[in-house]
Amino acid sequence: MQSEVMFAGFGGQGIMLIGKILAHAAMEEGYEVAWIPSYGPEMRGGTAYCMVVIGDQPIGSPIIKNPSHLVAMNRPSLQKFVSTIKSGGVVMINSSLIPDDVQRNDVDVLKLPVVEIATDTGSSKAANIVALAAFVARSKLVPLETLKRCIEEEFQSRPKLIPLNMKAMEAGVAAANK
Amino acid sequence: MAKLFQRPKSMFDVSTHYCPGCTHGVIHRLVAEAIDALDIRGRTVGIAPVGCAVMAYNYIDCDFQEAAHGRAPAMATGIKRVRPDLMVFTYQGDGDLASIGMGEIVHAANRGEKFTTIFVNNAIYGMTGGQMAPTTMPNQRTTTSPFGRKTEEVGMPIRMAELLATLRTPGYITRQTVIKPKYIQKAKKAIERAFVYQMENRCFSFVEVISTCPTNWGMTPKDAVQWAEDVLLPYYPLGDQKTPDSEVTEKQVAAAGAA
Amino acid sequence: MSKVLMKGNEAIAEAAIRAGCLNYFAYPITPQSEVAEYLSWRMTEVNGVFLQGESEVAVSYMIFGAAGAGVRVFTTSSSPGISLMSEGISYLCGAQLPAVFVNIMRGGPGLGGILPSQADYNQATRGVGHGDCRLLVMAPASVQEAAEMVMMAFPLAEKYRNPVMLLGDGLIGQMMEPVEFPDHLKSEPSNKDSWATNGIDHRNGTTRNLVRSLFLDPEALNNNNLMLRAKYERMKAEEVRFEAYNTEGDYQVLIVSYGTMSRVCKTAINALKGQGVEVGLIRPQTLFPFPDVAIREAAAKPSCRTVLSIEMSMGQMVDDVERCLHGVRPVEWYGKCGGEVPTPEEIIDLVKASV
Repeated sequence: MQSEVMFAGFGGQGIMLIGKILAHAAMEEGYEVAWIPSYGPEMRGGTAYCMVVIGDQPIGSPIIKNPSHLVAMNRPSLQKFVSTIKSGGVVMINSSLIPDDVQRNDVDVLKLPVVEIATDTGSSKAANIVALAAFVARSKLVPLETLKRCIEEEFQSRPKLIPLNMKAMEAGVAAANK
Repeated sequence: MAKLFQRPKSMFDVSTHYCPGCTHGVIHRLVAEAIDALDIRGRTVGIAPVGCAVMAYNYIDCDFQEAAHGRAPAMATGIKRVRPDLMVFTYQGDGDLASIGMGEIVHAANRGEKFTTIFVNNAIYGMTGGQMAPTTMPNQRTTTSPFGRKTEEVGMPIRMAELLATLRTPGYITRQTVIKPKYIQKAKKAIERAFVYQMENRCFSFVEVISTCPTNWGMTPKDAVQWAEDVLLPYYPLGDQKTPDSEVTEKQVAAAGAA
Repeated sequence: MSKVLMKGNEAIAEAAIRAGCLNYFAYPITPQSEVAEYLSWRMTEVNGVFLQGESEVAVSYMIFGAAGAGVRVFTTSSSPGISLMSEGISYLCGAQLPAVFVNIMRGGPGLGGILPSQADYNQATRGVGHGDCRLLVMAPASVQEAAEMVMMAFPLAEKYRNPVMLLGDGLIGQMMEPVEFPDHLKSEPSNKDSWATNGIDHRNGTTRNLVRSLFLDPEALNNNNLMLRAKYERMKAEEVRFEAYNTEGDYQVLIVSYGTMSRVCKTAINALKGQGVEVGLIRPQTLFPFPDVAIREAAAKPSCRTVLSIEMSMGQMVDDVERCLHGVRPVEWYGKCGGEVPTPEEIIDLVKASV
């Protein structure tokens, strides 16, 4: 079994970070993982994306044409990748920035205004954590407890940010379960 | 009876391969004398250039590395960074240092690497047979400037000591010569001083030595000395461009200006 | 030591420190600058040496100077930077100095691009620099293997008094995977007193050491070349490393592929197995020395009809594959460049077309 998640958005939205947190959580659960970034000039404000591959066997090709799931944080990302997602996958859409609907009925679409949700919990900067938590709650790729531990660990060097991100995570999970 | 003059301990007992009237032998000797005087042979590493002095290690008896053309300052940086206790000097000619190795010397000097550079400037490429160097004088004939150096095409000769002295970091930059006995004692003191600054871990130290190349200049040794004195020394003035002490003065001046 | 999630570039940096290499000189270039960024603070923690040089040319001689002074030292760069270091690499080979060079390859020629590539195969395996020189070249296919190979590289460089190159593509550097670092290297750097310019007093000696590559006498230079050749021959006898995948049973097609590309091939091989098509894979872990015998034997299996060399280059390793097969099987090349990586689907189609 192997799942691939495409995280995509603008540079600066924290795309790479939430991909890394998911990869970390999957590793803690004993899975084989790989985190593959887009790299280069697009780091500075253009489109940024990363792929997280989670499997129970050593991971072969790091190049994935058709990922299982998509977390789209901006409109170009959704337009670029939605048609590539495998049937049955979760497509998480940041509706704060994406007005579009998905013209597919074979994927599980989750539309959430993650920026507003994050703002309500304290800071719009935590929108990426809201999206990650909502995606994990829906896709159930890793247990939420493990995810929580990995978010805490990620912000260990800036402990002041931990309560905010914990709140963002809870809000994301709640929104996904609504 | 005490011996008044003898071969430095840090020199091999061999004849050099240098041409009659060439000053490399004198400069080698001054370096070896400085090594003896400071008793540092056991922790000194020399870096030989590409040029006539490539086999300096056949004459100066201490650990040696042989450089690629112009790269001696980068190698000295590598040694000094991993073994700051070693005493390191590069010995470079004008083609090596001022042409192909310009980048390496400027950056090593600017980082203030704690090694010593002996820069032998004789205004021509020696080993490859007398081609034009960055320090070749205007109208000077060489095998690649047979009608004389045309400054409108290749610019004026580069004064390395002055150029490096524009950098804030390097501490000791001086120009000396060994073309006549009256200059040699001063050059010897300058080389010793450069090694002392390194020993004290104070600064990058750079001694330019104006030299002769009778063979490639097409002159007798005697005429070569005269030409160096008449033509090179006016353009390449002798003396300290910068000393660690003058740096202090500069700071004082800056402080006074700010007040 | 438990698993940690790390970028390949960072794992390479950390592995060097665990291999006892506390000296690093480098110049920034995408896609490997994270190595320098990581070591800029990590070397401070371990009292090591970190210096950003003014150019790759200068860096290769900082490596020369430090290696000549008898310490473990390494650098990392990417394709255009390695071209600039090629001069220093030749001098290191000539002077017989041990050092480790990491090339996280990007596309070329010229500035090319910054995405993953394997287009420096010929450069690396033919010695990089001028003159008759060779490097021992290792090619990792995962972050874990990159870390392990870095730790193997230093003792190998010292064993042969020769530079060792780790040849990875941009994905190996940029990808994050779990790494479990081997224990700190037990072996001490070998005794270098017989040749290093580490100071006469330091080795309690009286005679000086000389590090050089100039031999003006033709007989002396010929002898030096013969000695180096004997060293490279010994590498061929003792250092060949490869992985054989799905080669136990019969297969009609044998793939030769390394690095990231070999992982894509494995995915294709597993998918083909599900469709009843068996394909074997030999993955060279050392590119020089090349696993000639393993490939020849795997290709000579009676069931095997054809051999595919699959590379992220326009056909470089394929020459080595052809060379070692002595014509026993037909060889085909398949590859892409510029950051395009052949997909498992393409390889599946390719294999099906050739059976």
